[in-house]
Amino acid sequence: MSALASRWPRPAMPSNKVMGLLGVLTLLGCVLLAISQGAYGLLIANWHQGGAEVFWHIRAPRVLMGVVAGMALGVSGALIQGLFRNPLADPGLIGVSSGAALGAGLMIVVGWPWLGARAGPWALMVAAFAGALLVTALTWRLARREGQVQITRLLLVGIAINAGAGSALGLLSHLADDEQLRSLTFWLLGSLGGSQWPAVSVCALVVALALSLPLWHPAQARALNVLSLGDTSAQMLGVNVQAVQRVCLVCVALSVGAVTALVGMVAFVGLLAPHAVRLLAGPDHRVVIPGSALIGACLVLLADTGARTLVAPAELPLGVLTGFIGAPAFVLMLHRRAALA
Amino acid sequence: MTIGAHQLSLHKAGRCLLDVPHLNLPAGQVHALLGPNGAGKSTLLKALSGLERTVAAQVVLHGRSLDQWDILALAAHRALLEQDHRVPFDFHVTDIVRMGRYPHGARPHPREVDLVSNCLQQAGALHLLHRRYDQLSGGEKARVQLARVLAQIEVSPDDHAARWLLLDEPTAALDLAHQHAVMRLLREVAAQGVGVLVVLHDLNLAAAYADQVLVMNDGRIDAQGPCARVLQPELVARIWGVVCERVGLGQGWLAFS
Repeated sequence: MSALASRWPRPAMPSNKVMGLLGVLTLLGCVLLAISQGAYGLLIANWHQGGAEVFWHIRAPRVLMGVVAGMALGVSGALIQGLFRNPLADPGLIGVSSGAALGAGLMIVVGWPWLGARAGPWALMVAAFAGALLVTALTWRLARREGQVQITRLLLVGIAINAGAGSALGLLSHLADDEQLRSLTFWLLGSLGGSQWPAVSVCALVVALALSLPLWHPAQARALNVLSLGDTSAQMLGVNVQAVQRVCLVCVALSVGAVTALVGMVAFVGLLAPHAVRLLAGPDHRVVIPGSALIGACLVLLADTGARTLVAPAELPLGVLTGFIGAPAFVLMLHRRAALA
Repeated sequence: MTIGAHQLSLHKAGRCLLDVPHLNLPAGQVHALLGPNGAGKSTLLKALSGLERTVAAQVVLHGRSLDQWDILALAAHRALLEQDHRVPFDFHVTDIVRMGRYPHGARPHPREVDLVSNCLQQAGALHLLHRRYDQLSGGEKARVQLARVLAQIEVSPDDHAARWLLLDEPTAALDLAHQHAVMRLLREVAAQGVGVLVVLHDLNLAAAYADQVLVMNDGRIDAQGPCARVLQPELVARIWGVVCERVGLGQGWLAFS
């Protein structure tokens, strides 16, 4: 600290390493909780009386999927909020969630025998993933003008695309028969149930690849910090704004697309996790991005544990619980922010 | 050591925004850019800073046109201070000033640690050191952003290329005392060899602190030269349509009616 600056001592704050350690420990706690709770209470004691079966074939893939989904949604939320320079932004703004929903809806209601024959049980996931990528690409393409993307334009195009996809989904609901409608509704509400190792492994791989850049390279996070000053100021400081936008959009589209394809629509995690990190540790994206991964994973695991235990042996949809936890948590956080200001 | 433009011409939607056949500004001086609203002052500033990609080839900095400069090297040698100071997240003042060091990541200054506090002190904002940026007043934010651009063009002692500070109405949100403090700071910075081009609306402020003025009108540079010679009542009446007279106080002020 320079002699000049030492006249104004900095208020004490726990260091980032301490916060990081606490975050990892909290996540481990949530993982243990998620593994042990459920319609079948899993303890070391009943490991050999079928407990191992439950662990390996049902609980473990489900918990891993929860961690992967939470990390993908959390980091994507942080990236989107950094990109749009707005703490109220959500990954759904670029059309990835509604695209996945549209893909799934088309597969459920209209069907595509060609894909069904080739992909079998994977058909629905492939359709949803393809839908997510195609709609996001369309949003990106429409927002380009003279080779550049302005964030306000991306926002407006995203709103229009989401509205269009929503209408299409409404039409599909109207055309669906009872069984299709039920399938579609449950898909839209989101669930970690039915997580199988093959699908979960592929999804985990895609998400790990998609998030490798923002999570392990601080350069992207530094660029997002500088982007907060505005597009022109960031450009003047040497940030390649178009490259940063492209990387963010690709990471978000791949990770959220893959997760939504397997799990369905999960509300609030992308909005809430970065907020919580900022409240606890400040707005530096080098902290917010990994922090959102940890908190997002904890959120999804807690919501899923609740989904499995609250009305056991039945299951509540995941999206319902993230909303139930998310909404009051969000209001509380806003209240606390106002109190701190 | 100069910034210049050759055949700089910008048209949008049929309107002529800029028509500057030749411009050459030496570093180490304060150049004031004056003119009525819509004259093209901000547009010229954006073109000289490289924001207007279409005319980047017509602007020359250190003998190289802007499209030939590496984006980070350019950022280390010229800074643009615009008027919008809003930042969405709750960064601290030190975070904002440190963002100015982004282009220097590969070549940190030997005294990097002291840079933030030194720049804040130069800008008259050291007392804001640990405050949250979004809680500051408009004038305080303006001074923190000034510290940020000062930090941006702070290069290592072995880098002798001249640096440029381009400012778009830096005194707009400031009170009387701080307006003069900022102009005095710009003179000090120019004395260290930095080139300063500042858009101002106050003719008297320009007359008191600038080495030369450029008066723009309708996208063209109407007059250029030392303030005493250029800022005459006839020119003011012609360009701004305001009647004034010279009052012999200090550097020759203008009194408006």
